[in-house]
Amino acid sequence: MKRLRYFIGLVIVGIIFWLIFKYQFISLLEWQSRLLERAFFVLLVCGIFCLFRIGLGPTPADRAVAIDILGILVLGFCAILGIPTGRDWYIDIGIAWALQSFISTLALAKYLEGRNFDE
Amino acid sequence: MKSRIILFFLSLFIWLLLCWPVDGEHLLIGVLVAGLVAFMTGDMFVKRPHHFLNPLRYLWFLYYLPVFLWECLKANIDVARRVIHPDLPINPGIVKVKTSLKSDTALTFLANSITLTPGTMSVDIIPEEGVLYIHWIDVKDKDIEKATEIIVRKFEKIISKIFE
Amino acid sequence: MNEIIGIFFITIGLLFDFFGCLGLLRLPDIYNRLQAATKCVTLGTCGILFGLFLFNGFSALGIKALLCIVFLLLTAPVSAHALARGAHKSGVRLWEKSVCDKYEEDRKS
Repeated sequence: MKRLRYFIGLVIVGIIFWLIFKYQFISLLEWQSRLLERAFFVLLVCGIFCLFRIGLGPTPADRAVAIDILGILVLGFCAILGIPTGRDWYIDIGIAWALQSFISTLALAKYLEGRNFDE
Repeated sequence: MKSRIILFFLSLFIWLLLCWPVDGEHLLIGVLVAGLVAFMTGDMFVKRPHHFLNPLRYLWFLYYLPVFLWECLKANIDVARRVIHPDLPINPGIVKVKTSLKSDTALTFLANSITLTPGTMSVDIIPEEGVLYIHWIDVKDKDIEKATEIIVRKFEKIISKIFE
Repeated sequence: MNEIIGIFFITIGLLFDFFGCLGLLRLPDIYNRLQAATKCVTLGTCGILFGLFLFNGFSALGIKALLCIVFLLLTAPVSAHALARGAHKSGVRLWEKSVCDKYEEDRKS
């Protein structure tokens, strides 16, 4: 039973990667930009896994963990977007998002601990 | 006063990195804002400012970085191996270790190092007794002394030379 | 040459990111998930940012990427620590096959 589940999961991950690396979604000419587009879709799959954990998680703490990880992944998105365009304000958005995510995670942890915010 | 000067230069440095091609306007705004921040919150930044003038500590910090990064890479490979293995070879538990460090900065860095090294994550610290509770993904020994020997020793020596 | 090394670093980082999120789905309880996800996603995103630095050199983008690496290495373990402590105090049990829980014993006594 366990082996069967592992095999099904392996097949699903294989199909996702096959789809990502077979099709070219946006037509870009340079090979580096095409590789970076694939990188963008791999990060998108990671984000979808986090969304699954937010939906499935049995306790509120699991959802808080997934939200924290999603906040770090957004920084990766901004970095990947910054490479082909060469604009430096994408990473500014990333820094601001990571700061907000860190503070909100601390607030969520304090809420889980059962304390108020003025302690 | 020394604490304020240190905070002023640190915040000015970070501001200049954030707007990297340095020109006059950015420098003027940076000096004004860093001066305001240092004036308002400077007295609670560091308690022992003379430690910043000791060059030996910077050398130990440069030694600490590659050790830390190598442990971090080993931790990642270890976790990836556990995740893609079909049987999930984990054996988790929360163990208790002791430390001899006292200052807050040293304890923070020790907890961060433990979290990013193979198989361990710090759950709680009691600074008065010098006790850390650590979640270990593959428990090798439940005894306090042996767990301390395995987890804490290799970082404790370096961190006590940097921050104590 | 720099760009090829940068693409190598970005590939390693994406691989670690993917394994971290897979661990978030596969592992049985919250503490194991937190360990796998925090370690792998932190170093993976640092790898992506270092690749960005190698692509751009010491320009505005590269310097900000280095600053992001330092920031991430300082804050990600702190938030993991806070979440683990909050989860344990809110009453989340460990996995039933866990070996020992010294924290629970010490908090009861």
